[in-house]
Amino acid sequence: MKPQRKKLLSRDMVIQAVKDSFIKLNPVTMMKNPVMFVVEVGTFVVLLMTLLPGYFGTQGRTGLNLTVFLILLFTVLFANFAEALAEGRGKAQANSLKKTKKEITANKVVGNNIMVVPSTELRKGDIVIVSQGEMIPGDGEVIEGLASVDESAITGESAPVIKEAGGDFSSVTGGTRVVSDQITVRITSEPGESFIDRMISLVEGAKRQKTPNEMALNTLLTSLTLIFLIVVVTLAPLANYAGIQLDIPVLVALLVCLIPTTIGGLLSAIGIAGMDRVTKFNVLAMSGKAVEASGDINTMILDKTGTITFGNRMASEFIPVGSEQAGTVAEWAAISSVKDDTPEGRSILELIKKQGLSYDPSIAEHSEFVEFKAETRMSGVDLKDGRKVRKGAVDSVKKWVAAQGGTIPPDVDEKGNAIASEGGTPLAVAVDNRIVGLIYLKDTVKPGMRERFEQLRKMGIKTIMCTGDNPMTAATIAREAGVDEFIAESKPEDKIAVIRREQAEGKLVAMTGDGTNDAPALAQADVGLAMNSGTIAAKEAANMVDLDSDPSKIIEVVAIGKQLLMTRGALTTFSIANDIAKYFAIIPAMFMLAIPEMSVLNIMGLGSPMSAILSALIFNAIIIPLLIPLAIKGVAYKPMSSSQLLRRNLFIYGLGGVIVPFVGIKLIDLFVHLWI
Amino acid sequence: MGIVQMAAVILLLILTVKPLGTYIYHIFSNQDNRTNKLFGPVEKAIYGLAGLKNRTEMTWKTYALSLILTNVVLVMVSYIILRMQNVLPFNPNGTDNMEPSLSFNTVISFMTNTNLQHYSGESGLSYFSQMAVIIMMMFTSAATGIVVAIAFIRGLTSKGNTLGNFFVDFVKAHTRLLIPMSFIVALALVALQVPQTLHPTIQATTLEGESQQIAMGPVASLVSIKHLGTNGGGFFGANSSHPFENPNPLTNVIEMLSMWCIPAALTYTFGRFAKNQKQGWIIFSAMLILFVASLSLIYSSEMRGNPAINALGIDASQGSMEGKEVRFGVAQSALFTTVTTAATTGSVNNMHDTLTPLGGLVPLAQMMLNCVFGGNGVGLVNMLMYAILAVFLSGLMVGRTPEFLGRKIEVREMKLVAIAILAHPLIILVPTAIAFMTDLGKGAISNPGFHGISQVLYEYTSSAANNGSGFEGLRDNTSFWNITTGLVMLFGRYISIIALLGVAGSFVRKQWVPETIGTFRTDNKMFAGILVGTVLMIGALTFLPALVLGPIAEHLTL
Repeated sequence: MKPQRKKLLSRDMVIQAVKDSFIKLNPVTMMKNPVMFVVEVGTFVVLLMTLLPGYFGTQGRTGLNLTVFLILLFTVLFANFAEALAEGRGKAQANSLKKTKKEITANKVVGNNIMVVPSTELRKGDIVIVSQGEMIPGDGEVIEGLASVDESAITGESAPVIKEAGGDFSSVTGGTRVVSDQITVRITSEPGESFIDRMISLVEGAKRQKTPNEMALNTLLTSLTLIFLIVVVTLAPLANYAGIQLDIPVLVALLVCLIPTTIGGLLSAIGIAGMDRVTKFNVLAMSGKAVEASGDINTMILDKTGTITFGNRMASEFIPVGSEQAGTVAEWAAISSVKDDTPEGRSILELIKKQGLSYDPSIAEHSEFVEFKAETRMSGVDLKDGRKVRKGAVDSVKKWVAAQGGTIPPDVDEKGNAIASEGGTPLAVAVDNRIVGLIYLKDTVKPGMRERFEQLRKMGIKTIMCTGDNPMTAATIAREAGVDEFIAESKPEDKIAVIRREQAEGKLVAMTGDGTNDAPALAQADVGLAMNSGTIAAKEAANMVDLDSDPSKIIEVVAIGKQLLMTRGALTTFSIANDIAKYFAIIPAMFMLAIPEMSVLNIMGLGSPMSAILSALIFNAIIIPLLIPLAIKGVAYKPMSSSQLLRRNLFIYGLGGVIVPFVGIKLIDLFVHLWI
Repeated sequence: MGIVQMAAVILLLILTVKPLGTYIYHIFSNQDNRTNKLFGPVEKAIYGLAGLKNRTEMTWKTYALSLILTNVVLVMVSYIILRMQNVLPFNPNGTDNMEPSLSFNTVISFMTNTNLQHYSGESGLSYFSQMAVIIMMMFTSAATGIVVAIAFIRGLTSKGNTLGNFFVDFVKAHTRLLIPMSFIVALALVALQVPQTLHPTIQATTLEGESQQIAMGPVASLVSIKHLGTNGGGFFGANSSHPFENPNPLTNVIEMLSMWCIPAALTYTFGRFAKNQKQGWIIFSAMLILFVASLSLIYSSEMRGNPAINALGIDASQGSMEGKEVRFGVAQSALFTTVTTAATTGSVNNMHDTLTPLGGLVPLAQMMLNCVFGGNGVGLVNMLMYAILAVFLSGLMVGRTPEFLGRKIEVREMKLVAIAILAHPLIILVPTAIAFMTDLGKGAISNPGFHGISQVLYEYTSSAANNGSGFEGLRDNTSFWNITTGLVMLFGRYISIIALLGVAGSFVRKQWVPETIGTFRTDNKMFAGILVGTVLMIGALTFLPALVLGPIAEHLTL
């Protein structure tokens, strides 16, 4: 990850956000947020009364009105600042991306010639040649050659990745650099629509639309605002009848305190920050809706290879045959693998280390390595003393030993089949004409996966593993990893069928994929996470792309989605719960002069009516910036059951929302009362 | 002793919830059951008479439209009867035709299950009007409310496009529920000395030799449906404090249970439909918590009495007896007041105007919430609306988009719910404010000051909640009050019914989301707490400023 992505705030961002919060005062943009728009209108009304006291008959109260006006103005500015700050973080990221999008020249193939053209003139279908050290001029597909490509501009990952024609690693992204060899690329995007362009517009939030839940919440907040507007407007005639004259600034103050300004001011910041957290995680969400949906996921479909397991078969046990000792098997297995660079070979040496066994590497000195070949299905070494060591498929090794006149211990087949029946792969190890034993090769579950599936289960998410393996192997891995269900010998169509089946039950399904044949399933899934290393088709079908190409990240994406929803709920609850204390501050203050007995409702013992109103108003304003860090970082989330989560959040944000303003308003009043 | 009396009635209520709720479920589940044999033929005859040949399931729009049109027809017929009752039969006392604005108010009042009475029954209505308009509407308006609840429950708990057939539900609500029950209750009341006769007013000569008019009539039948249907309009102006309507403590208990049992039982019916009985009990317990809290406030306030009177050295050991009947005492009056405003019936056995200020706050607050049991059907629907709101607000806190009974709550539902929660304060506070800004409104107030604010606020709250009880003391039989309260009653009834049927129509079409351990649970104690909290935060805080200026200010300045 690049350092600038880690920073929460930078000086420039804050300065920009401050500027933006004034620009956002424009009523046309404010109207999109009805809660804050009402505050802005109230601010304007109080401003008029401050500027034209003669017209409104408010002479002598100008100082007070000015104070109310300023607090209200800051309330609006704080809300704007929260949004601007959240947007700013995206903008900073976009700027760094834009730097990589400087003018690039491309070697376009025209007939048999090569023309040098600027990358902006490339159209879909054009063919370009990119050589070592050059930038790839646009998104495309490798149609010829193989090259290693540095994609750090997008992914932040500095190790180059291999791209080759055909297969699932053929897609390249404009703005990345070829570090070795040469490839021919067919451009697949029009100018302005490339992956980087989309990424820039996404992180900038230019195309940000409100998500469904955000719209529903906004509806509720708007109706609460209208309700309180009715409450406050109708209060004046009632009070008038009781012989109490209520000043307009006081009514505006009451209104602003009662409407849910805290959540109203922070709502869009929470949404932007949620997307931003996903992006910071090097996952690119195509819409906020996808992030929101990931919080609702019921079922997760995961590929076995690469996601749940390492995908390589690793040695997990040495099994002697005949009269041999386990130590002997290990020793010869090690000797045969000293020069073997395949993952299986390395895993044998690691297993020996892990089991605390030892072997004498000097035996293998100056030996000659025999590579694995499809015909022989064996590899090994020819030692300098003439002995030959081989390891490989059981049948092949048996044949090799038999050819040298050796005898086959009777338990080889039996033990070999036992391994196969458990889903493992047996490798036989032989020295000259004797078979010393078997190596149990196993597909290994990545460390920590079991615990993560356990967490998912606690969150109520079912996991389904898809694998091309036979049912037996699949069952073994499924048991080891602790997934809830598996599909063995699965074909791409199977995934779609499973997704449809789950969706028919009303479940929301997430899946990861990279190949072109995953594309339909990625499109069908509610949350489809494509790997950046995957094909263009997969990336277009998905609604999220993981730039690091780590499929297990889908689990974190779900957690981020949940965190986003929880933050929204927690701050809404907090905001509404605050009203109790504000009532106790303002209501007695409004009526205390006319009805002295009202002072019993002044349970906070606030200094004077005016200081009570101002304190409630100030609290209402400063709670917004105080909660910005929470809105941007999100509330703490640990996987647990819904009842535990609810109890915890209700305690912190519900009860906290009732108590905090009592304390806050009292403290502010102690200070404000010094003047009023 | 008073507390034991009240607890006993509450216990009796709890005992009725399961059997009655199960019975109502069987009426509307449309599955075969034993009652079909008994009522089937009668209903077939009614369907035949009404020309209801194909009784197909209806979408929410058809259902709502059928409901509205049926109500409109009943309103028109009733208006005509009131305007020409003088020439119609069963008018032994020669009662004159009713004046237009009062007729408008009366018809709306009864069709909306409000029963706000700006007339006095004994002098304003003929026996025919009492039976053909008042009693008829007492049945139909209650049935309307019940079928709304049933349709809403179906929307929440079934899959498809339809909510049932309005006409079938409407007929069944009469034949299987309201008519049999009111028959039984009426017989019980007659047995307990409530009159039931078509004879004219009796002339009597008092001991002092004065001549006295004693009004009578078909009282028992009206009183039974008045309560069972959560209607509240009395035969006599004095309503259930009149000794003919409510002669003794036993009738008092019967009347309370009659108006309370259907709204309470519907929570159980809801549980049956949802196939989760706990879900029903949670809704019931939320209602009961709010109820007991209200009851405690009014009882303690009435027992404490009026400090100004206590200061004069008058014995206050009985509590404040002003405006109460000696045969009921404080406990039976406080309980009756709480029940009648919780279930938005609106019958009274004591004068709410003379309650202590905090005691008077209770009926006001219950009507403002309008979901503590509530009127037949609509109370449950309102509480379920608050449940949807509660899920929406706190459901997010478990990290999922909110879902209630396996349906996602989305923009469309929130818009409709927003209309319903917005309408209630709008139609209470705006007319109240208008009344205080005009002489037409202010002129009716009999006690100026804070009590006057309570009087006006009460009148519109009672209209909006379709309760119908009066704070009295307000001179409200004027065109201004007849028309404004008439409109408030109309909006109070139909805006939320239509909006919430819309919610049901939207829910019924939704894909169900399976329940997992990550789902926000709505059938445990915590949700009951959240629900009560939501009702108080959204429902009560809205009205706090107005209440502070009315009963609370009055209490503080007493």
